[in-house]
This record gives sequence, C-alpha cells and structure tokens, in this order.
Amino acid sequence: MENVATQETESHEDEAQHPIGVYLKVWILLFVISGLSYAVDYFDFQGMMRWSLIIIFMLLKAGLIIAVFMHVMWERMALITAILGPPLLLITLIGFMISEGLYVFGNRVDYMGRPAAAERIHVADVIHHDEEHGEEAMEEGH
Amino acid sequence: MSGESLSLSGHAKTVVEDWSSDKQAFNVPWGKFMMWMFLVSDTFIFSCFLVGYMNVRRTTTDPWPYPSEVFALEMFGTSVPLILIAIMTFILITSSGTMALAVRFAHFKDKNKIFLLMLVTAALGASFVGLQAFEWSKLIAEGVRPWTNPFGAPQFGSIFFMVTGFHGLHVSCGVIYLLVIARKILRGDYDKKGDYSIVEITGLYWHFVDLVWVFIFAFFYLW
Repeated sequence: MENVATQETESHEDEAQHPIGVYLKVWILLFVISGLSYAVDYFDFQGMMRWSLIIIFMLLKAGLIIAVFMHVMWERMALITAILGPPLLLITLIGFMISEGLYVFGNRVDYMGRPAAAERIHVADVIHHDEEHGEEAMEEGH
Repeated sequence: MSGESLSLSGHAKTVVEDWSSDKQAFNVPWGKFMMWMFLVSDTFIFSCFLVGYMNVRRTTTDPWPYPSEVFALEMFGTSVPLILIAIMTFILITSSGTMALAVRFAHFKDKNKIFLLMLVTAALGASFVGLQAFEWSKLIAEGVRPWTNPFGAPQFGSIFFMVTGFHGLHVSCGVIYLLVIARKILRGDYDKKGDYSIVEITGLYWHFVDLVWVFIFAFFYLW
C-alpha cells in the first residue's frame, strides 16, 4: 500500500514545484566534479587510474545534466525510453571500431613498420616561448 | 502486490498506458518532443565524430601529442597544463546553471528574470566561443593544421579542428537562438497564450551543448 501512495504523490508532482535548491546543488556538484577531472590531469595520473577516473567523472556529469538540467528524471517513462534507448545502439559501433582499430594498427606495424620517432613529443621541445614569437616558430616549421 | 490484475509495476505500466491508448504517445508539447528528436539525431552525429577519433587514435602509428601540454598557458611565469580548457569548461557549466534557472522562472512566467538569465547565458556562451577562437589562433600560430602539426600524429589537427569546430558552431547557433527567444519573451510574444514552454525547449538545446562538451573534454582533452 505504501508503494501505491508514493507513486501517487510522484505522478502528481508538478514541475513548478522543483525547489531552486535542486538546481543550485547540481550546479555546485558539476563544478566540483569538473574540478576533480581537471585534477586528474593536473596531478598527472596515468594508466588505468587516469582512464577510469576520466570515465567515472564524465558519466557522473553527463548523468546529472541529463537527469536534472534536462528534466529527464521528471518525464514519463515512454519519453525517457524514446530518448535514451536509440543511443544505446552506439555501443555496437564502438565495439566494432575497437576491434577494427586493433586490426588496422596491427597491419600498419606489420607492413609499414613503426615510424622513426615512436616517443611522444613534449611541446616544450618544439615551441620556445621565451626566444621567439609563435609566428616565427611557424615559419621554422615549413 | 497491490492486487491489480495487470502485474506490471510503476514506470513500465506508464509506458504500456501511453503506447496502448488511442492517443498521442508522448504527453509533452510538440515543440519539446521535436527538440528531443533533433538532439537524439545530433547525438549520433557527435558520436560518429568521437568514434572516428577513437578509431584514428587507435590506428595511427605516430605518437599522439600531449593535449595537456598543447593546451597549457603561460601564467605567472609558469606553464599551467590544460588551463584554457578548464576555464572554458567552467564557463559552459555556469551558463548551463543560469539556463536551468531561466527554465525554472519560466514556470512562474517571470518575464524580466527569464530575459536576464537568458542574456547572461548567451553572454557566457559568447565568451566560450571567444576563448575557442583564441585557442584556435594560438594553435594555428604554433603550426597546427588539419594535415600536420609539430607535436606528433597529424591526425591530431584534423580531429581537433573538426570536433571543436562543430561544437563551437553549435554554441554559436545556441547564442543566437537564446538572444532571439529572450527578445521575444521580453516583447511579450508568448503572453497571449501564456505558454512559456519555449524557454524549456531552448534550455534543452543549451544543456545538450554542455553535455557534448563533457564528452569532448573527457575523450579529447583529458585522455
């Protein structure tokens, strides 16, 4: 019986009743999560730690924006499934492209070999801000 | 549990009700539903770009540039990594917040507050585009082109200009959209019917632009 009662109040809830605090809290939360994802780069986390933190913070932010700012959590289920269902197909595309990408990379290494400079390039080694302006650096590049 | 003959519970039951009755399936204003359909299709466009980026980055044998160094800025004598993008992210989140408040005040039909908040949102959006223009000219001056760059894999340039360019186009269109609707609100175009759902529809578009940036920030700038 309790279930029925809560459903009743939920369905009667009008959008105008959302307290302003919900938006402000989510706003602050988005700021904090963005700060955290920037910290991932600033403190130079690497490897599995970096990737999983990036994905977690990204999904949290996306979820908050969709659910609260875009009001999806207050919509009827028929609309929610129509909005969030189709993009799930993208998982198939991503899966195919990961497998295809690995195959192409393998072929390139097998038939063309790795390029001479396999090390990642640091910007400071290419651009010298103290000595010259950006324009001169570009001319150098030609 | 509740003793009804239909055993579906809660949300699943509302889906069956909405689709099986002889009425329109989605109980929202048509403009809002059309905006959602546009946003779902736009999701596929941006997803194609990001999946393309993933594929290109996986397949290149050249070393990928360090985005955190490429987008660093000289501040107070030291190089702060990725700071420009962090500032742009905070600007866009702030603009999403002001837009959410505008949508809230649309329920109370508070014209002046809606107008002001939409104007602030548009101003923040415009400053985002301004910073993006700065970012583009900085990278172009350093020799980044869609076909080459001095920092590593040439694909970096093509992905950068395509993805951020397409997102910047969306922000620019959003700023114009916001200004047009804000002006119509203040002029009283929606007073006759008392229907302010256009603010929520505009808000959906704006939050979507912010949403796309969340994914670009994660996959292109941080990864």
